Amino acid sequence: MSVTQPRTLDDLPHGGFGVEPSAGGGGAKKRRSTESISTWRWGDRIAYGMCWVAGISLCVIAAAIVGYMAVRGLQYLKPSLLWQHPSGEVDQSKSGGFLDPILGTVLLTVIGIGLATPIAVGTAVWVVEYGRPSWLARAVESGIEVVAGTPDIVLAIFGLALFQNGLFGWMSFTAEGGAVFGRSFMTAGAMMSLIALPMVYGATREGLQSIPRHMREASYGLGKTRIATIRRVLLPAVRPNISTGAALGMGRIAGDTAIVVILLGASLRLENEGSIPGLNVLKGTGSTLTSYVYNNSPAGEGNAAEKAYAAAFVLLLIVVGLNFAVDLIARRGAKTGLEGTRLGGR
Amino acid sequence: MEATVPPIRKIVVDAPPTVVSADARPTNGHVAATEPAPAGPERMGLDGLSVFYDTNEAVKSVSLSIRQGEVLALIGPSGCGKTTLLRALNRLTELTPGARRAGQIILDGQDVDELEVTTLRRRVSMVFQQPNPFPMSIFDNVAYALREQARKRPGRSVVEPLVEDALRRAGLWDEVAEDLDRPALRLSGGQQQRLCIARAIATRPEVLLMDEPCSALDPRSTAVIEKLIGDLRKDLAIVIVTHNMQQARRVGDKVAFMYLGDLVEYGTAEQIFDHPRAQRTRDYVRGDFG
Amino acid sequence: MFERLRQPWSDQRAERMLGALACAVLVTIALMVLFVFKEAWPTLQHNGLVKWIGPGGNVDEQIGRMVNGDEDYHLRAWPLVWATLLTTGLAIALGTIFAVLAAIFIVEFAPDRVRAVLVPVVRLLAAVPSVIYGLIGILVLVPFVGNHIVTPGNKKSVEFVVQITGASLLVAVVILTVMIVPIMVAIIVDALYAVPRGWKEGAVALGVNRWRAMWTVSVRAARPAIIAAAVLASARALGEAIMLSMVSGSVGFAPNPFDGPLFFLEPLRPLASTIVEDAESLQAPAVRSSVYAFALLLLFSSLLLSIAGFLAKQPMKKYGARI
Repeated sequence: MSVTQPRTLDDLPHGGFGVEPSAGGGGAKKRRSTESISTWRWGDRIAYGMCWVAGISLCVIAAAIVGYMAVRGLQYLKPSLLWQHPSGEVDQSKSGGFLDPILGTVLLTVIGIGLATPIAVGTAVWVVEYGRPSWLARAVESGIEVVAGTPDIVLAIFGLALFQNGLFGWMSFTAEGGAVFGRSFMTAGAMMSLIALPMVYGATREGLQSIPRHMREASYGLGKTRIATIRRVLLPAVRPNISTGAALGMGRIAGDTAIVVILLGASLRLENEGSIPGLNVLKGTGSTLTSYVYNNSPAGEGNAAEKAYAAAFVLLLIVVGLNFAVDLIARRGAKTGLEGTRLGGR
Repeated sequence: MEATVPPIRKIVVDAPPTVVSADARPTNGHVAATEPAPAGPERMGLDGLSVFYDTNEAVKSVSLSIRQGEVLALIGPSGCGKTTLLRALNRLTELTPGARRAGQIILDGQDVDELEVTTLRRRVSMVFQQPNPFPMSIFDNVAYALREQARKRPGRSVVEPLVEDALRRAGLWDEVAEDLDRPALRLSGGQQQRLCIARAIATRPEVLLMDEPCSALDPRSTAVIEKLIGDLRKDLAIVIVTHNMQQARRVGDKVAFMYLGDLVEYGTAEQIFDHPRAQRTRDYVRGDFG
Repeated sequence: MFERLRQPWSDQRAERMLGALACAVLVTIALMVLFVFKEAWPTLQHNGLVKWIGPGGNVDEQIGRMVNGDEDYHLRAWPLVWATLLTTGLAIALGTIFAVLAAIFIVEFAPDRVRAVLVPVVRLLAAVPSVIYGLIGILVLVPFVGNHIVTPGNKKSVEFVVQITGASLLVAVVILTVMIVPIMVAIIVDALYAVPRGWKEGAVALGVNRWRAMWTVSVRAARPAIIAAAVLASARALGEAIMLSMVSGSVGFAPNPFDGPLFFLEPLRPLASTIVEDAESLQAPAVRSSVYAFALLLLFSSLLLSIAGFLAKQPMKKYGARI
């Protein structure tokens, strides 16, 4: 079982036994229920009760979290917060919104997924369609599993070690003495792509593996090269899988705090670096919704719980929205997954 | 060639009780341990049993008798309802959403619906088409029902003799005795099916239901299991569903022919195969349709 | 051999390029591990390869001295390691039980309507960012524990050693458990549904009740998946830095199990949280290399876990459980 792709609970079949037979129609007798608990051993009855407790408490906890965040969030969220810049002071409770953190979240997500998707898709294609020599393919798979299992704080520190080296001075601010700051949107974005990589890779690989062989053979039989087959037949077929993986990855990037705290440089507002437009934002520092919430909670210095609630609520909406999008894509693409291709489109 | 399909008439022959004289050996290659055992008391009775899947009536008002010492073979073309009927006997149809029953099933004088369903299934065991030994050792498989059904989990020393007895009766003891803790899934197909039979009879049920037990096996294993059935029927009532007419002939004492949910004809094996009364039975037995 | 020459040029080139891409991914990962090891080396060298994980003195003080640039420093990070072991271990133990029971509920006992609600609920809980769990923890649970569960007597008894607010092992474990359960439930539910129908039917046909059939057959067959889920969850728990730094008290104290019930109310700070909190002081070279040493330890542990999980699943292959 691959560790990279969190399994979803979609398409639950009718599992389990002891389904209550439906009463009614055609003269069928009304039945008593299939089993009554009273004949069970005590241990079994306790276990049954605990299963119910476990299931119901999950629902209760989820309702509590979402409900509480909604209540507090709506209490403190004013629309103006969404487009005002944060005020310059450390103490955020007086004024200012969180426009910059929102921009930071969006920017990081775009960079992260923009880097991760082509790399992940290319790697997955190579592993599934080529994969020679086989020890290399297995090494790549293991490597990606290692990355998937690595905590994000460790990846952040790794990234810091890597990007504070002089070789990578172009990615961030370099002080006069030659010390590379190592913290910028580019470096954080690069590490974010690593945490999204296993998700896009896993989804693409599963999609490719589930394409039946005759699809490829039909294309080769027509004289197409392997690369042309990949580009024209296989990739369009797995587009929903790639989208699902990308949406999951975006959710993970948007919700990540550790990499931001370590690699984005703790400036509240977007601080550009250098003079080239566009590149100066990437080389600069900033904050995201996650680091904003962290800093404004009692654990950070901002000490503005109301702002923290408001920003957390916005963050929750974004993440839930992304997961909802995953659901939609998965459901729509699940039909055959081949609608986008020439073979499936007829 | 008939212009219209004649209505299906149910022909139920009341089986003559017990007596088959010692020299009336069955001539149709009937597999019997020695002589055909005298039929014992009625274990299960079906009275107008119908089974519905949503609106489709899969079994239409069947009445039958299942006696100890007898093997009842259910035959008929695919989709005639014989497997559904079998599964209704231990209320396994209740696992399927949308399945309903009407009519009565009596087990030893008690209506099966009044019994707790787990009790019913301990007295009426089932062997499935695909051998399904659990992913445990041979010993644990056979001991499974014995351990799980008891109020308090019995120790190994209590269970061991019962396991040995069940494996002997299933004809598997000699082949597995040296290492009972081997994984059950390492056995061959025929051995696995015999293990499932041992598992089913370990708790001494009254009725054994078999759903095409040999269809997934090779001919040699099939022969072994058919002989086993002949031996087992002394203590049990056995109901076997089979699509193989020759098997029904070899193994069955009584045969019930079903078609599209109706019980078309019921009688002894000789009657059904050599002197069928209904036209449809004649056609099926002759091989006109399958 | 001639076939290779006959292949269209672009196919070969494509294969080489994609292969190079895959290799680049591998090389990057290897590079990073090397870099971290290089950065961590001074601490390992100074303190001894293993000794720095051991106990000895107040680790917060030791880090403080490192920040100040004290030449004569030593690091005994045991309180941090103990904190990590405690939080991860307790959360996995509780979480596995919770997740198995919940998964059985979803597969077997839940009425259809409840099941239809529970599936999106589990997905939702898995997606909530850790900072939000941390926020609710620090603004709701910590004050609750601090005001209603901690008694003045409690506070007094350990006054000289450590402050008891509400931020404690208790809150940390509770929230961490809630965070890892959804991941595990998803994996275990999939595994339970994948158990072959023949086994389930066979058990039920033997007159065994629903719970026993599920427990002795399906759950037993799903044991490899349960282990895989536990390994995945423990990797997540090991690396949880943000939520734990918000609710666990941020004190490099090793909770003492011999303190009785007070044990759960004592503050602590696991390795991952220490990394986050010391990230500001990375200019001091001693701090820097210590932080990298912590990260190396965490990576090493999650690798060990994966191997342990793989090994634990091997004996189960024997009886036919699918891995």
